[in-house]
Amino acid sequence: MKPEELEVRAAAELAKQQAFDVRLFTCSSRGCQSSDALGVIAGLKAEVKARQLDAKVQVNGSGCMGLCSKGPLVRMCSKTQKDILFSEIKPEMAAAVVEQVVVPVLAGSKIEKPGGDLEQHTLDLNDPFFTMQVFSVLENNGKMDPEKLEDYIARNGYRALRKALGMSAEEICQEVLASGLRGRGGAGFPTGLKWDLTRKVQSEVKYIICNGDEGDPGAFMDGSVLEGDPHAVIEGMLIAARAMHATHGVFYIRAEYPLAVERVEKALRQARAAGLVGKNVLDSGWAFDFEMRLGAGAFVCGEETALIASIEGKRGTPRPRPPFPAVKGLWDQPSCINNVETLANVPLILLRGAKWFASRGTEESKGTKLFALTGKSKNNGLVEVPMGMTLRDVVEKIGGGTDSGLKIKAIQTGGPSGGMIPEHEFDTPVSYENLQQLGSMMGSGGMIVIDENDSVVELAQFYLDFCVDESCGKCAPCRIGGTQMLHLLNKIVGGKGTAEDIKTIRKVAKAMQKASLCALGQTAPNPTLSAIRHFEHEFTERLLPVATTKA
Amino acid sequence: MPGQRGGRGTMSTPTEVATAVKAAAPKAPAAPQDEITLIANKWKNKRGSLIMALHDLQSRVGYVPRESAMKLGHLMDVPLARIYEVVTFYNYFKLEAPGKYVISVCLGTACHIKGSAELLSGMEKELNIKEGQSTPDKEYHLQAVRCLGCCGLAPLVSVNGKVYAKLKTDASHQVIERIQIDKPMAVADADDLAE
Repeated sequence: MKPEELEVRAAAELAKQQAFDVRLFTCSSRGCQSSDALGVIAGLKAEVKARQLDAKVQVNGSGCMGLCSKGPLVRMCSKTQKDILFSEIKPEMAAAVVEQVVVPVLAGSKIEKPGGDLEQHTLDLNDPFFTMQVFSVLENNGKMDPEKLEDYIARNGYRALRKALGMSAEEICQEVLASGLRGRGGAGFPTGLKWDLTRKVQSEVKYIICNGDEGDPGAFMDGSVLEGDPHAVIEGMLIAARAMHATHGVFYIRAEYPLAVERVEKALRQARAAGLVGKNVLDSGWAFDFEMRLGAGAFVCGEETALIASIEGKRGTPRPRPPFPAVKGLWDQPSCINNVETLANVPLILLRGAKWFASRGTEESKGTKLFALTGKSKNNGLVEVPMGMTLRDVVEKIGGGTDSGLKIKAIQTGGPSGGMIPEHEFDTPVSYENLQQLGSMMGSGGMIVIDENDSVVELAQFYLDFCVDESCGKCAPCRIGGTQMLHLLNKIVGGKGTAEDIKTIRKVAKAMQKASLCALGQTAPNPTLSAIRHFEHEFTERLLPVATTKA
Repeated sequence: MPGQRGGRGTMSTPTEVATAVKAAAPKAPAAPQDEITLIANKWKNKRGSLIMALHDLQSRVGYVPRESAMKLGHLMDVPLARIYEVVTFYNYFKLEAPGKYVISVCLGTACHIKGSAELLSGMEKELNIKEGQSTPDKEYHLQAVRCLGCCGLAPLVSVNGKVYAKLKTDASHQVIERIQIDKPMAVADADDLAE
């Protein structure tokens, strides 16, 4: 495809879309599919056909629209009125949606809120859950079909790639560096810097790897982005490849996300057929292609060197660094590993500029961040907030408090590597540094809400148990330290612990943090340590009474 | 039993081989040999593709049978020890035939907070087996998994890929009943072997 053709195809697609008076988007992501979203789509299609409205009404799938606990979600977009978002729609309700809402809207009526049975299946788009979020990575979700390349092109897709093809590698690195984008996988290393380091290494072969092995149990942002906007990630990787002279692209996605794998593979086939990926990218003479590799259920593979070992078909165990992957990575060649969300941000930065991106967020943390808001939160699902928003706004306004009406005790961010943040710290703005200061971390973006009836001691035990189970066993501090720490924690949970045990936990934790080979072991003590730091009384309450200890 | 491991030259007749293989895995026979050849041909010239080949194998038979692993190793020129090294490291791969219905109880954090441990122990009682085991009739296999990525719908159980979401923690009996009505079947990966 020639670059100019992008505009032609976009115009053609937009004209096609304009011809429809009503467009229906049903979330076809993993969560909603499990509540029969595909049945809903089939039902809507059948009803539209039966009423001979095919020329006026388009029925589409779409990426995640956020409120997963209320799925399947259906969004009605019309030229003549405001969008309506339906929740918990079942296939048998498709006829009612068409009859009671779509048909009247086509006839010129304005519908604020549908009546009858559909009333309780309509979400208020003025709710803080929607109005307080800032959609940029997720801006296509609910507005296009992730399985259609033309939809993506019509929404400015692959224009950033076009721009990047006219820039030097150094210019791209500088632009991304100036935007302030930092790795969204957890550590928060400046993306532009990482690219620039890889760019400077001379080599005939270089790899750009997309880390889609979202191992944090309780997080699903990356899976949702891959499912909801696969072309954005592909475009981000192509730009990254240009920025560092990479020669090969690798998608590493966890096998537990079959839909994400399917969507990316489909998107790659489409992009190849269109000449956006392959022998002659956008008619520039540049050849670039991708390979797909699946994870197989190992949390440690989120660690860069372990991930590389896994792509090489081996056990996913980390190795000491240096050499860093930027120098010696996959097959001993320079490699750069970026997280899904990081890559999805890249086309936006190239297209709208570093300044636009940097206009959101705090001094050190720019842009937006996706969170998987779950646990006891009233609103459960995928949310995107600007960096710098307070945790209280995220949890209480967007999240709507708890579903039980009980008081929120804390949130856990960063999964098994993060920590607990008590309610009295909720006025802290979201940023990498702030979360770290509270003894937690940004992590990939899991945010679990726990209420006053939940035990932080048991949650700490849950996470440590996970890390011990997932420890690859290569280095002693993680393998032995984790096991010993869990043993002590189990003792405390069982009511047999002593004050000495808490001290020992702290000591073992320190050794693990300092001496473990990789981040899994270094961060495994975090949930426990943060729980002790903020909720020590919950631990001491469970200890053996002092008199008994002496006797 | 002589030649049980299917080694070279120890078996006397093809019938005996067939009988031995059948006896070892009565419910879920190993992948047809020609399918293993297809898998091996698809991957053997691609560097580091062992895990991908094992994914292909498991998606067809539900686990990694020893005979198939041996054949695959032979065709791809990978020692059996390396295959087992990988298979035993990753949670995703199974070494034994699972039951007809693989019940995966999600123990991710969101599900944990919403009582998935109770749900799992309810399942264990209902089926009278422990996590990681199959019922004697091979109808059900119960396993705990780490996060299926539907955290907004916690707690949940996935049966052969079909998700039962927003469950009550005492819903194990109803889930089993639903399985018998829905009869969800595992779908082999539709990706093209011949690529």
